[in-house]
Amino acid sequence: MTQVSSLEEKFLQVIDAEDKIEPKDWMPEEYRKTLIRQISQHAHSEIVGMLPEGNWITRAPSLKRKLALLAKVQDEAGHGLYLYSACETLGIDRETLLEQLHTGKAKYSSIFNYPTLTWADMGAIGWLVDGAAIMNQVPLCRCSYGPYARAMVRVCKEESFHQRQGYEIMTVLAKGSAEQKAMAQDALNRWWWPSLMMFGPNDSDSTHSEMSIRWKIKRFSNDELRQRFVDMTIPQADLLGLTVPDPMLKYNEAKKGYDFGPIDWDEFWNVVKGNGPCNEERLNARVKAHENGSWVREAAAAYAQKQAQIHNISKTA
Amino acid sequence: MDQHRRKFILQWADNAMILGQRLSEWCGHGPVLEQDIALTNIALDLIGEARYLYQLLAKEEGGLVTEDDYPFLRKEQAFYNLLLVEQPNEDWAFTIVRQCIFDHFHFHFLMEMKNSADPALAAIAEKTLKEARYHLKYSSEWLIRLGDGTDESHKKMQHALHNMVKFVGEAYEPVEADVAMWQAGIGPDLTKLKDKAISDLKQVVAQSTLDWPNQQFGRTGGKNGSHSEHLGYILATMQYMQRSYPGVEW
Repeated sequence: MTQVSSLEEKFLQVIDAEDKIEPKDWMPEEYRKTLIRQISQHAHSEIVGMLPEGNWITRAPSLKRKLALLAKVQDEAGHGLYLYSACETLGIDRETLLEQLHTGKAKYSSIFNYPTLTWADMGAIGWLVDGAAIMNQVPLCRCSYGPYARAMVRVCKEESFHQRQGYEIMTVLAKGSAEQKAMAQDALNRWWWPSLMMFGPNDSDSTHSEMSIRWKIKRFSNDELRQRFVDMTIPQADLLGLTVPDPMLKYNEAKKGYDFGPIDWDEFWNVVKGNGPCNEERLNARVKAHENGSWVREAAAAYAQKQAQIHNISKTA
Repeated sequence: MDQHRRKFILQWADNAMILGQRLSEWCGHGPVLEQDIALTNIALDLIGEARYLYQLLAKEEGGLVTEDDYPFLRKEQAFYNLLLVEQPNEDWAFTIVRQCIFDHFHFHFLMEMKNSADPALAAIAEKTLKEARYHLKYSSEWLIRLGDGTDESHKKMQHALHNMVKFVGEAYEPVEADVAMWQAGIGPDLTKLKDKAISDLKQVVAQSTLDWPNQQFGRTGGKNGSHSEHLGYILATMQYMQRSYPGVEW
C-alpha cells in the first residue's frame, strides 16, 4: 500500500465515523480545493450580499426597521469574516480570495445580482433568500471539515433570525394598505424563481455533487433541498395571502409535497455568466470599496510596523 | 412640555440620528471588513441613542406622536443637529476626522449629562456613555494611526482636518436652550466642557503628528435649525418612505 492511499484510507475513516477533519490533518488535494471553492464562494456571497440590502438602509421606513436592517447587514459582514477565516485554515489568504472575487475568478451567489427595488424586497430577501440559504446551510453544520462546520453553526443561528425578521416585514405589508400588499406581492413575484435557483442546477446537471456527498461536505442533493424549501415556503405564502408566481404549482398527495413548474435555467446561467441586472454594479461596488480602502490598509500596516519598532527599541534599550 | 427642554433633547437626538444615518452609508463599502463592522456598530449605537430620546419625547408629548415622527416627518429647519454631523462622508479620512471631533464632544457631554437633575435624561446618558467611550477610543486611535501612518494617509488626514475644523466650535456655543438647561441644572456648562474636550482633542491631533489648523472662523447655525445644504438631501433619502406612503405601519 502506498503512503498516500493509506493516508486517504485514514481520511475516509474519519469521514465515515462522522468525525471532523481539522486544518492540520492530511486531506486529498481535491477535498481542499473543493472546500476552498465552496467556502470562499460562500464568504463572497455574504459580502456581496450586503449590497442589495445595504441599498435600503438609508431609506428604511422606521427607526426599528433601520436598526434591524443595519444589524442584519452587519451580521452578513460578520459571516463573511468567519468564513474567510475558515477558508484561511486551508492555506489561502484573504487577500488572494478577494482578488479572485474582484477579477471574477471566484463566484458568489447569483441571487445578489438582482436589484432591490422596493422596501418589500427587504422582506422577501429575508424570508426567501435567507430561507433558502438556511435550507442549504443547516446540513453544512455537520460538514466533515471542522472549521467550516463550526462557522456554520453560528451563521445558521443568525440566518434563522434574519429569516423570521424578513417574514415579519412581509406580514406587516400583507396586512397593510392595498399599496403595501401589492408591494409585497410584487417582491414575491420577482424573488421567487431566483430563490429556487439558489439551490443550483438539477441533480442531473450538477458537476460537483457526487464527491462532495462522499466526503460529507454536502449531505443532500440540490433537488432534495429545493423540494424541501418549496414545501416549507408555500404554506407561509398562503398564510400571508400572497400567491407564488407558478401556475403549475400543485400539491401532490402521493409524494406529500408540491410539484412545481420548470426553472428557467437559461436565465440562471445567463446571470451566472455575468449578464444579470446588477452583476457589474455589485462587483464594481466591491472593487471600489477595496481600492478606496487601500491607503487605509497601507497606513494601518505602516503604523503597526512603526509601533513594533518603537516597542523593540524600548525593549532592547 | 418646557420648550427649551424639548429643543435641548432634539439637539442631542438629532446629532446622534444624523451622524448615525451618515455612518450607515458606509455599510458594505468600508475599507476592510473589520472596519465596516466597527463603523456600523457606531451607527447602530448612535441611532439607538437617538431612538431612546425620541421615545422619551413621544411619551412625554402624550402619545400623539410616535418615535418615528421626529426623524421622518420634521422639515430641515426643525432639525437641531450640529453642522458637523451632516457633513458628507467623503472618504475614510473625513469620516474619521468628523467622528473624532464629534466623539470628543459627545463623550464629555454624556459625562456631564449622567449627573443631570433630569432623571430620564441622566438615565439615557448613563446607558449610552459606555458606547460613547468606545467610539472616542476608536476614532482617536484611527486618527493617530492614519495621521502617523504613511505620507499619503497623513496628507489625506491633514486635508480632512483642515476642512472640518470650522465645525469644531459649534457644539460648545450655547444657544438659548443650552443656557436654560444649564441654569436648570439639567444641561452642562458648555464653556467648561469645551476646555476639557478641545484640549483632549488637540492632544490626540498632536499625537497623530497632524497640525491643528489655524482657523478663526467657526460655522454655526445647526442648533437653531439653520443648516448646510447637505441636510436636505439626507432627509430626502431618510424620509422617502414615510413621505411617499403617509400614515401606514411598517
